[in-house]
Amino acid sequence: MKKAIKVSTPLNTKDIAGLRAGDRVVLSGIIYTARDMAHKRLVKAAGSGELPFDLRGQVIFYAGPAPAKPGSVTGSIGPTTSYRMDAYTPVLLRCGLKGMIGKGQRSEEVRESIRKHKAVYFAAIGGTAALIAGKVKKVEIVAYGDLHTEAVRKLEVKNLPLIVVNDIEGNDLYNEGVMKYRREKQ
Amino acid sequence: MISLSADKITKEVTKLCIGINCNIGSDVIRAIRKALKSETSPIGRDVLGQILKNDSIAARDNTAACQDTGIVIVFVRLGQDLRITGGSLSDAINEGVRQGYKKGYLRKSVVNDPLERTNTGDNTPAVIHTEIVSGKKLELTLMAKGAGSENMSAVRMLSPSDGENGVKKFIVDTVRNAGANPCPPIVVGVGIGGTAESASLIAKKALLRPLNTRNKNRRYAAMERELLKQINNLGIGPQGFGGRMTALAVHIETMSCHIASLPVAVNINCHAARHGSVILPLGRIK
Repeated sequence: MKKAIKVSTPLNTKDIAGLRAGDRVVLSGIIYTARDMAHKRLVKAAGSGELPFDLRGQVIFYAGPAPAKPGSVTGSIGPTTSYRMDAYTPVLLRCGLKGMIGKGQRSEEVRESIRKHKAVYFAAIGGTAALIAGKVKKVEIVAYGDLHTEAVRKLEVKNLPLIVVNDIEGNDLYNEGVMKYRREKQ
Repeated sequence: MISLSADKITKEVTKLCIGINCNIGSDVIRAIRKALKSETSPIGRDVLGQILKNDSIAARDNTAACQDTGIVIVFVRLGQDLRITGGSLSDAINEGVRQGYKKGYLRKSVVNDPLERTNTGDNTPAVIHTEIVSGKKLELTLMAKGAGSENMSAVRMLSPSDGENGVKKFIVDTVRNAGANPCPPIVVGVGIGGTAESASLIAKKALLRPLNTRNKNRRYAAMERELLKQINNLGIGPQGFGGRMTALAVHIETMSCHIASLPVAVNINCHAARHGSVILPLGRIK
C-alpha cells in the first residue's frame, strides 16, 4: 500500500489538487468540529454574514466528542455519518470551506459542489474514537457552547489518519471500492 | 417474597453503562481478527487493524471505544416473585444511566423531543422493554446503540407470497443501501414474523446473541449462512472502502404471525456492538 501523504491545514487548491480518492492522508493543523445543529446555525449565520469563524481554507470534522476526563485534552472523538450535513454543505463550500471529514457517501449535489469548488472530502474510520482522541493536541470551544457535544470546537490535530473519498476530479472511493470487490450475481 | 432494592439496580446499571462502552465483547474482537485474515482489500485490512488497535486502547484506558456512546436500550426480564423496593424500576434504571454516563465520561446523545431537539444532558431516558417471567430474579441486558447504524435499519411488511426469497432480498437490499453509513463490518439482526413492532423488537434482540451462534432451527441457520455470504459479496467492505468483510454475522429471530402477514425487520449494528447483562440478586444465576 502507498505511504500516507502528509497534509496540513489551512488547505489551498494546490494542496488538494494532487489528492486522489483512495489516498491515505495524515492531516495536521487546525480543524473545526461541526455536526447537525451547528450546521443549521452556520448556514443561517452565512446568510447574514455573521459566521463565527472564517471558513476560507478550513476543514470541518463532523464530530461530537465524549467529555474529556480530568487531565485529558479530549474524550473519545470520531466521525459521524456525513449525509445528514449534505443539505448544508454547498453553502459552506461557497463560503470557502476546503475540506470535510466524516464517514459515508455524500449526495450527488455535494459531490458536484466539491468538484466545482475544488475541495476534498475525507473519511476518518468510524468507531475508532479512542485512537483518534490521541491525535488531538488542543481543544477550544469557539461557537454554540449551548449545544454541548454539538458545539463548534477548534481542534489542533497531529497526524490524523484519513482516507480521500471525493477528490476534485469527481472520483468517489465508495463507488470504486464496491465495484472492485463486488461478487454479486447480476 | 424476595426483595431487591432500587439502589442495587441503579448501581449495576451504572457499572454496565461504563463497562459496555469501554470494553468491546471478546466475541466481536475474535470476529474482527478473523475478518482481518479473510479480507483481501489492503485499505480494508488497514481499517480492521485500526479498529482492533482502537478497541484495545479503549479497554486499557477505560475510555469509550466510540464517541457515539449511544442511546441506552434495556431489556428487562423481571421474575414475578421478586419485589422491587425503594423506588420504581424505570427510575432506578434511568438513574443508573445518568450516573454511568457522568462517571464514565460518556457522551450524552439524547434529545428531549424529536422536533424540539434539546439535549437532556444526562443521556436519559433509556428505552426500556420489560418482560414479566416466572421466578424471583431480575435480568437486565443493556445495549448502547449508536445512531449511525440504527438509522440504517428498516422494517417492511411483505406479502406471504414473497416467501423466503423476498425476505432475503429485502435484507440484502437494506444492507446494500446502508453502504458505508453504519460503520461496517456490521452485525445484521433480522426479525421475521410477528407484527410491525414485534418484528423490530426481535431484530434488535437478535443483535444480543453471541456472534455467529446459529438459529436453532435448521432452515433459519442455513438462511443466516447464505445471507452472510450474499452480504459479503456486495463488495462494501470495512468502512465501505471496498472489500469482502461487510458483515461479521447475520442473526435471525422469528415468531408466528397472521395468515396475511410476513413482516421483516432489519436492525443493523456497527462493528462496535456493545451490550452486557446482569442477573440480580447477584449469585442467583440460573
